[in-house]
Amino acid sequence: MHRWRPSHEYASGSSCAAIGSFYLSLPFTHFPMALFIRSLRKAYQDVTAVDGIDLEVADGECFGLLGPNGAGKTTTIEICEGLTTPDSGEVRVLGRTWKEDARELRERLGIQLQETQLSEKLTVRETVRLFRSFYREGRDVEDVIALVQLGEKRDGRVGQLSGGQKQRLALACALVGDPELLFLDEPTTGLDPQARRQLWDLIEQFRSTGRTTLLTTHYMDEAERLCDHVAIMDHGKVIALGTPHELIRSLGAEHMVEFATADAARLDTGVLESLDGVRAARASKDGFELEVDALHRTVPALLAELSQRGIEMNELRTRTATLEDVFVSLTGRHLRDD
Amino acid sequence: MTETTTRTDARSPSAPTAGTPSRERGRGRGFLDNSLVQLTLVRYKEFMREPEAVFWVFVFPILLAAGLGIAFRNRPAGKQHVAVVSSAPGAAALASALGKDSSLDVQLLDDSAAAFALRTGKVALVVESRGADSVVYRYDDTRSDALSARLITDDALQRAAGRPDPVRVGESHVRERGSRYIDFVIPGLLGMNLMGSGIWGLGFAIVDARRKKLLKRLIATPMSRAQFLLSFLLSRLTWLMFEVITLLGFGALVFGVPLRGSIASLAFICLIGALSFGAMGLLIAARAKTVEGASGLMNLVMMPMWVFSGVFFSSANFPKAMQPFIQALPLTAVNDALRANMLQGASLASVSGELAIALGWLVVCFVLALRLFRWR
Repeated sequence: MHRWRPSHEYASGSSCAAIGSFYLSLPFTHFPMALFIRSLRKAYQDVTAVDGIDLEVADGECFGLLGPNGAGKTTTIEICEGLTTPDSGEVRVLGRTWKEDARELRERLGIQLQETQLSEKLTVRETVRLFRSFYREGRDVEDVIALVQLGEKRDGRVGQLSGGQKQRLALACALVGDPELLFLDEPTTGLDPQARRQLWDLIEQFRSTGRTTLLTTHYMDEAERLCDHVAIMDHGKVIALGTPHELIRSLGAEHMVEFATADAARLDTGVLESLDGVRAARASKDGFELEVDALHRTVPALLAELSQRGIEMNELRTRTATLEDVFVSLTGRHLRDD
Repeated sequence: MTETTTRTDARSPSAPTAGTPSRERGRGRGFLDNSLVQLTLVRYKEFMREPEAVFWVFVFPILLAAGLGIAFRNRPAGKQHVAVVSSAPGAAALASALGKDSSLDVQLLDDSAAAFALRTGKVALVVESRGADSVVYRYDDTRSDALSARLITDDALQRAAGRPDPVRVGESHVRERGSRYIDFVIPGLLGMNLMGSGIWGLGFAIVDARRKKLLKRLIATPMSRAQFLLSFLLSRLTWLMFEVITLLGFGALVFGVPLRGSIASLAFICLIGALSFGAMGLLIAARAKTVEGASGLMNLVMMPMWVFSGVFFSSANFPKAMQPFIQALPLTAVNDALRANMLQGASLASVSGELAIALGWLVVCFVLALRLFRWR
């Protein structure tokens, strides 16, 4: 029987390094790093927002910071963007530091902040043109507008755009300086599914040109689809790090079995964990959730166990494990409360 | 790639991709692509697309000037309204004697109606006969129209009773442009307008941009922070031209308000005034996070100047002890300088004291604002 590993074990640096070791072991100088972070700390009056994190983002990859609200994602990304000064730790962006090369770094970065409201009185074209004027070198304004599919809205006021269109305009403002490194802070939060997919396409297009992206998100599907590597953050710490596939595999179980029963009180996780193929079991809202490595053995065993105990099953679902399950198994909580 | 993207690509075969370097160089781009020009243009457009702002800056001062000009227009003094108490003996004879004076409007009222008319200001004076050669005047001795009604009534009454006038009097009437109320109030409104649009115009725009995290987004670009602040002052100066021309043009054309000083000096005074109020707006907006907070501060700063700085009435009406404080206010300085220029044709040198006060405010506020300014 496999015992579930307690989260503090994961939180320790060694297990993170174990997952990410394939590239941590390469010397920094021989491997171009878009972003290099060591022992980063930042505390506000009463909270420690970032509590000693280490990260490396390789050139040309899309890296995701995944975690619930308040995990420290935004503070981390804003330190990388040069908007927040860390209390301690080392940050190198494109091999440079904010202290020495701020002006040059700003020329080379593209940034989209979480809550920026662009001026509603201006048109799309005026807004992109304004941002273009800040950069010594950059892309053609009309090209960028066409790229983010706002061509038909180019003379429309920003105030009249939908949420998805506003986010694409924010992306246009981030791309118009032709950045080497793109920072996106929750780019799709609050968007409908179609608008999210449109934005994902644009981010994938950017990545396909060999440039680097760092994005934060609390959507596990977003991280799974877009990111080469994901750092799962919680309470200011990186609690797991790796490719989405590695992280899911680290569960040791590829599948999830969820079932609902009115007699949940007559079952416990110990009984369920002793079933064939079950790696871990947790009580859920109206039943149980099992991490399973072999569906074909677990499901019959589960049904037999329940009928032997005379427990009625209301619902049975099986699905592939996701990053959400990784987060839940590490923290016992879901990424989003809603 | 989703269908949407594919469709867009099909529509324009050479559609760019997120990273395709359609890279342009900074050099060789037009004047309009300069960041200071762009920032200033954007400020200007944002303002012109805000109908309320355009109303308060351009239309409101003109309405106010028109209203005040009509209400306080100089005209021959009207008739004074006087009541004679009808119940007293000899009231009718008294009323007809007074009625012969063309500047009096006399009515016979009973005691309570007369008291009511006096209380509500319908009449300025109540005359009550107390026998053949005795009357009592009832009036409010703090009101100037009541005092003149008393003088005219008394004059008419004494003359009707046979008083001789030993001195012969001739009259010559002088009504000069430049000494009327409208001549006083137009420079005051101009000063008030410079203050309002400087403080509101700059303050609200900056606080709003900070609240919307737009300031934070802008400093994440290579934008020059000095250019950003400068763009506010530059766009202020563009509106300033329009504001001054509309208000003074209106005053000169409709009311014939004189412009006796040199136009260049007048423009210079407006410029210094606008810049120092702009700097005050910048200082107020340096840290405020909400529009409500900033607007409270703005009113706190502007209220004393509305009252003390001689916009609608001369600041000389306030006690002597307050004068040093009043003279140190930037709006007092600007209003005094504007009036000296427009009404007396004073040179810049003769208003150098006022200009120095305004410049002092400009420097102090601007330096403090730069020190305190928060971008997020």
